[in-house]
Amino acid sequence: MTITITKTVDARGLSCPLPIVKTALAIRELASGNVIEVLATDPGSTKDFIAWSKATGHELMESTIDGKVFRYILRKK
Amino acid sequence: MSEPLAISLFSGTDDRLNAAAVLVAGAAALGRPVHLFLQYWALDAFRADRIHADHGLAPEAGAHGQNAVRRLKRLGQAPWHETLRQAKELGGVEIQACTLSMDLLDITESDLDPLVDGVEGVTAFWLTASDGQVVFI
Repeated sequence: MTITITKTVDARGLSCPLPIVKTALAIRELASGNVIEVLATDPGSTKDFIAWSKATGHELMESTIDGKVFRYILRKK
Repeated sequence: MSEPLAISLFSGTDDRLNAAAVLVAGAAALGRPVHLFLQYWALDAFRADRIHADHGLAPEAGAHGQNAVRRLKRLGQAPWHETLRQAKELGGVEIQACTLSMDLLDITESDLDPLVDGVEGVTAFWLTASDGQVVFI
């Protein structure tokens, strides 16, 4: 199943808490059901996105790593 | 996860200000209302003519700490006031100056950076803070 990404947040090089803050800001502009992609290099971001997804209800569909880059796919609630 | 967070921020060094900014931003990103109350040297750091200055580090940082902070800055970590600016964009973040500390520093509201929303006394702070968690930095 192909996922259509509505928006990508490039948070590579940003330290905690900016990857989450930038994602929270960006996701506001999306419609419910839209998908957002986040790229990050912060090692703490994996647990942060799991926690944020749980707390906000935006589904964390995918969490992968490619070399040094983490990639998170979330669906807006 | 909507429990309000109140932080009484007393410290004026860049490391503690950054630690506070991270806590504020993290809570704001979770949709929690955040109330930041600026006292003493923290308030001094929010003066419009001082906010971008180097506020140094807490004594425990030492030379090793200085290097670590300098390194992270070179890697592009945002300064604490920028983190707070972004946190405020999320909404739900209120920054108030302690009126007693205003007297201490002999400043008026117009001396403060626009990040500061207003001035309040300790009673107003406790009224807001009584709903949720309180942290002192």
